[in-house]
Amino acid sequence: MSVLDVAFYLFAIVTVGAGLFTVVSRNPVHSVLWLIACFLSTAGLFVLLGAEFVAMLLVIVYVGAVAVLFLFVVMMLDIDFAELKAEMARYVPLAGLIGIVLLMQLAIAYGVWEAAEGVVVAEGLDTIIVPPAINTAALGLILYDRYFLMFQLAGLILLVAMIGAIALTLRHRKDVKRQNVLHQMWRDPATAMTTHDVKPGQGL
Amino acid sequence: MSADLNIILPEIVLAVYALGALLVAVYTGKDALTRPLIWLTAAVFVVVAFWIGVSSEVGTGFTAMIVKDGFSRFAEVTILLSAAIVLVLSQDYMARFGLSKFEYPLLITLAVIGMMVMVSAGNLLTLYMGLELQSLSMYVVASMRRDNVKSTEAGLKYFVLGALSSGLLLYGISLTYGYAGSTEFAAVILAASGEVPLGLLFGLVFMLAGLAFKVSAAPFHMWTPDVYEGAPTPVTTFMATAPKVAAICMFARVTHDAFGNVVEDWQQIIALLSVLSMFVGAIAAIGQRDIKRLMAYSSIAHMGYALMGLAAGTVGGVEAMLLYMAIYVVMNIGTFAFILTMTRDGLETTDIMSLNRLSEARPGAALALLLLMFSLAGIPPTLGFFAKYAVLQAAVDAGLVWLAVLGVIASVIGAFYYLRIVYYMYFGETEAPLDNDVPVVQMVALAASGILMLALFPNLLGLEPAAAAAAAALVR
Repeated sequence: MSVLDVAFYLFAIVTVGAGLFTVVSRNPVHSVLWLIACFLSTAGLFVLLGAEFVAMLLVIVYVGAVAVLFLFVVMMLDIDFAELKAEMARYVPLAGLIGIVLLMQLAIAYGVWEAAEGVVVAEGLDTIIVPPAINTAALGLILYDRYFLMFQLAGLILLVAMIGAIALTLRHRKDVKRQNVLHQMWRDPATAMTTHDVKPGQGL
Repeated sequence: MSADLNIILPEIVLAVYALGALLVAVYTGKDALTRPLIWLTAAVFVVVAFWIGVSSEVGTGFTAMIVKDGFSRFAEVTILLSAAIVLVLSQDYMARFGLSKFEYPLLITLAVIGMMVMVSAGNLLTLYMGLELQSLSMYVVASMRRDNVKSTEAGLKYFVLGALSSGLLLYGISLTYGYAGSTEFAAVILAASGEVPLGLLFGLVFMLAGLAFKVSAAPFHMWTPDVYEGAPTPVTTFMATAPKVAAICMFARVTHDAFGNVVEDWQQIIALLSVLSMFVGAIAAIGQRDIKRLMAYSSIAHMGYALMGLAAGTVGGVEAMLLYMAIYVVMNIGTFAFILTMTRDGLETTDIMSLNRLSEARPGAALALLLLMFSLAGIPPTLGFFAKYAVLQAAVDAGLVWLAVLGVIASVIGAFYYLRIVYYMYFGETEAPLDNDVPVVQMVALAASGILMLALFPNLLGLEPAAAAAAAALVR
């Protein structure tokens, strides 16, 4: 076994194992930590495939942002997971039945896998392809050239998400005192203070 | 590249307008600008609609990701004009119930861009991006009345079920991609001809299920009544018009552009969707006391008829479907223009009993609504009858006589609840009348659509040749 093989089996076993523990862990925080382990080992698998850009994306986006977000949600929301699981247990038989039926149907479909005529099936999927160019550059060329329109539409969709988040959650509270820096700077003793000559024995 | 950009110039203009208006509104007047923005947006829509309508540019752009042809032109003009009218109708309601937010017209603009992309998609990816742009905007405007439990419930339900349906659609797209080797319609149609691989059929079925969610065809209609009831009425009006046209046109694009060679494979699925929608819409609406829920079931039934045209799988079928959708939009705009004015003592009411004896308080409105209800039920000589006749004719021509017969039966059942509204208006028990201070715009829209229901100019106001040309462009 070469080093590559050893690395592959290591990452693969960790991925599957971590995925299993994500599902079966009793403590949701542990689940998220296992999920992070799963993401990291998957990133390792992508590096072995020669897709270093996807691996970096997985680490930065999924481990760095998504998993940490999960962690925050799990720790900050007061969710009674025991109750949630009990609720779920009621529907498991029916859901399981539907799932199995669907799985069997799909198995039938995949069992007769056959690409349509005239379709070139990607060749050499069993060998590891090491592309000549840096694949970050190759992805960039495809994304900003061929899929330029999709990229711009995705931008519009994100804009809608941003407008929506602001329009639905931002509230201007009137009873909160806010700092107005200009207002503070324009204040001077002449306008802010008045002096009173208080006579002895009298109030203001 | 410039040729590519030329193809989607209308979309670019709308997007630039939306971004510019967003910046201006954020940095200056904010919500005070809502009213001018709504009028301006409606004006932009109308101008773009005329521009698209008179241009005869046909072609594909961005390596066939966008296809502009007669079909997309018909759909885009319908979408833009109906969106413009709905915007104008909604501004008074929004101001009255404290909903005037400048985001509303802008989100509608972005949704319209999404719809225009949907109906001119030449690639499954384009279709999905357009659909998401439209759906996301709709989720936000549905929960615009954020302090109202029903509105937030509507937004959440719409979002969760919309996400589920997008998931189904994407799963279908990935299966199609796997078996056809491409997401381009032109490549999929080559793979899907003759003996179709089983996997591709699975992809087709999942995609149809996802699309049926979006047009709210039974059995994927569960979200419709709740969302229609909970969303602010102008948003409900919008949902019942332009997005329906876009979704059903997208349905036609997928079935004819990508699977046009295997009509019999999807014909049975769509025929089933059509029958179920017609009967669910006709029977479930009988028990409804809320006019918005009633219109939701009515829209489900109407989607069933439009799908009947599509199920025919012929040029005539698509033509009948487009004609049906155009007439459906006019009927719904008229009916909702009235629903928007339903207030009692300044509070919104949606109970159909509040229509009692409307004929005495507002005879003109009652007459217009009567015509609209007759038309929705499909009673001759109103426009709705000709719409139903066209789809039934198309189904019979395609040999789907059983489907046409079931359609007639469902339409008879459905006539009950439309006529019941007419009964309440003219012969119901006397009740506290609805408020009488109705904005002019609503009156004009109601009267105009009422008159249109009877106006039988030759060729149904020139719609028929336009729909025929559009259908001929799609079905090859």
